[in-house]
Amino acid sequence: MENATSNELAVQLSDVNKWYGDFHVLKDINLNVAAGERIVICGPSGSGKSTMIRCINRLEEHQAGQIIVNGIELTEDLKRIDEVRREVGMCFQHFNLFPHLTVLENCTLALIWVRKMPKSEAKDVAMHYLERVKIPEQAEKYPGQLSGGQQQRVAIARSLCMSPKIMLFDEPTSALDPEMIKEVLDVMVELAEEGMTMLCVTHEMGFAKLVANRVIFMDMSQIVEENNPHDFFDNPQNDRTKLFLSQILNH
Amino acid sequence: MRDFKPLPDLPPPTASTGAVGWARANLFSTPLNTLMSLGAFYILYIALVPLLDWAIFSANFVGNDRNACLTGGACWAFIGNRLPIFTYGSYPATEYWRLDICFALLVFSFGPQFFDKFRYKMQLGIFSLTAFPVICFFLISGGSFGLSYVPTDKWGGLSLTLTLAYVGIVAALPIGIALALGRRSEMPVIRTFCIAFIELWRGVPLISVLFMSSVMLPLFLPEGMNFDKLLRALIGITMFQSAYMAEVIRGGLQAIPRGQYEAAQAMGMSYWKSMGLIILPQALKLVIPGIVNTFIALFKDTTLVLIIGLFDILATVESAITDPAWGAVATEGHVFVAMCFWVFCFSMSRYSQNLERKLHTGHKR
Ligand SMILES: Nc1ncnc2c1ncn2[C@@H]1O[C@H](COP(=O)(O)OP(=O)(O)OP(=O)(O)O)[C@@H](O)[C@H]1O
Ligand SMILES: [Mg+2]
Repeated sequence: MENATSNELAVQLSDVNKWYGDFHVLKDINLNVAAGERIVICGPSGSGKSTMIRCINRLEEHQAGQIIVNGIELTEDLKRIDEVRREVGMCFQHFNLFPHLTVLENCTLALIWVRKMPKSEAKDVAMHYLERVKIPEQAEKYPGQLSGGQQQRVAIARSLCMSPKIMLFDEPTSALDPEMIKEVLDVMVELAEEGMTMLCVTHEMGFAKLVANRVIFMDMSQIVEENNPHDFFDNPQNDRTKLFLSQILNH
Repeated sequence: MRDFKPLPDLPPPTASTGAVGWARANLFSTPLNTLMSLGAFYILYIALVPLLDWAIFSANFVGNDRNACLTGGACWAFIGNRLPIFTYGSYPATEYWRLDICFALLVFSFGPQFFDKFRYKMQLGIFSLTAFPVICFFLISGGSFGLSYVPTDKWGGLSLTLTLAYVGIVAALPIGIALALGRRSEMPVIRTFCIAFIELWRGVPLISVLFMSSVMLPLFLPEGMNFDKLLRALIGITMFQSAYMAEVIRGGLQAIPRGQYEAAQAMGMSYWKSMGLIILPQALKLVIPGIVNTFIALFKDTTLVLIIGLFDILATVESAITDPAWGAVATEGHVFVAMCFWVFCFSMSRYSQNLERKLHTGHKR
């Protein structure tokens, strides 16, 4: 039974609760993500979206409930955290590239030092993914010399180098100018089409309609509504969802 | 449609280039400016002429005693005559070559770092931090490889100053890094220890650290156990210096955004890997000016070992100027010491600027 579920379920959150001091930031979160599923998470600022997906690779610690990633339950055990981080890649709003390393070194660093891959092989892997995000020609530059959109694509390539089974995106386009958003979303759409399991916090509703299997709406620390994108946008059930959608679609 | 043709380059207007143009633009642009420039020239003139006269034109460069210096100019003959003592202290004269090798190695390990074209900077840097001090220790101290043993109370002069500074710098950097990381650790025992260590050493003047290491420490040691005075001074200086270093480095660590730690974690890096590969390289680069600043301060503070009876360059000069064989040579002696210190401190400063420029990767955001 245990095995059967873990084969299909990439991420499983059961009754997850978390507090920052007195502030209850995640309330009874229940969410199952099947392998290959694409989830888009949206909701007003401060609703706990980032906190939730950061719990999945243990950048934040949950205090109650259960988080199982690819069959591994997250606990204090550092070994398990390591195993989970092997399977999960993450892209951040502010890219978080390493500014003292070139684009190529950013991509090969973890391959060489965490996966113990020989340098030349790591370089081949990195170049492969840089080609996929369409910036192989920037490999020798430093992140500070790239545009925001290029930096985010490097960050995606850097995560993909570790061949994760699950990708987490935390507002990957919200620090970008409009003309750069598309180049990043294009890469993400391609990734989705290849069957990557994705959890994506974003307010790009076009993207959600195009690739998401499910859209999740969070407000006041809880999941308020979840539905397929078609029904979610055309026929929202909850008043707070309606209000939120009217705000982001009409501005 | 017309073809685009770039305009030909024109030579710049003559009056705005060259020495004349520069002087006209910067020194004589208005009547007031002209007046102030002339005033400044006059002051320079009355200050420089006697100085140059003393230091060069009426100075005496050769001789073996006070009779060589009767012209009233600087008595550089005194410096030349005592140069071996100022450089080697009371190290046996037949063994000077051992120190010479060390000096040569010093130049060899740091000289090439100033040239942009030199390709093995990294390897040479590692050599100067690891093999170089070890080789020098065996050379200077002797007692093995057929070299005669030279006890540390014979060490002195510039070579002692450099030894104190070099050991202080090289040993304090790693200890400082460890203390800085410890102070930011989440483990209360380690954190408390590091804070206590740093605040203790930082709160005491170096002079009392040296005094304690040489006078007080032996009182606490068991009878018969007695270790080298120079070694005690070195330990004192290193502890003192690493407390300062730790605070400088902590400043750098604090400037690294949290996202850098998170990205490293998300990629599965352990604490030590993310520190060593991502956080520290950036943090250290940020605080190069601060690090070099404490190096320079330490270099000059080594003169304080005078009070515990170690004969560094300042102490050897101080004792030489009281020699009745020479007249009043205190000024020459102190000018010489000042110049020596300036050369080394200025080199450190240039080196750090060099390093900063080289490590800049254009990520100011
Ligand atoms: N380290 C922290 N300590 C205390 N409170 C925190 C901390 N991090 C986040 N919070 C609070 O938790 C709440 C949820 O934060 P979170 O970052 O998950 O929101 P979000 O939904 O991602 O919002 P946004 O859309 O603005 O990114 C916020 O009210 C925030 O102030
Ligand atoms: Mg957020």
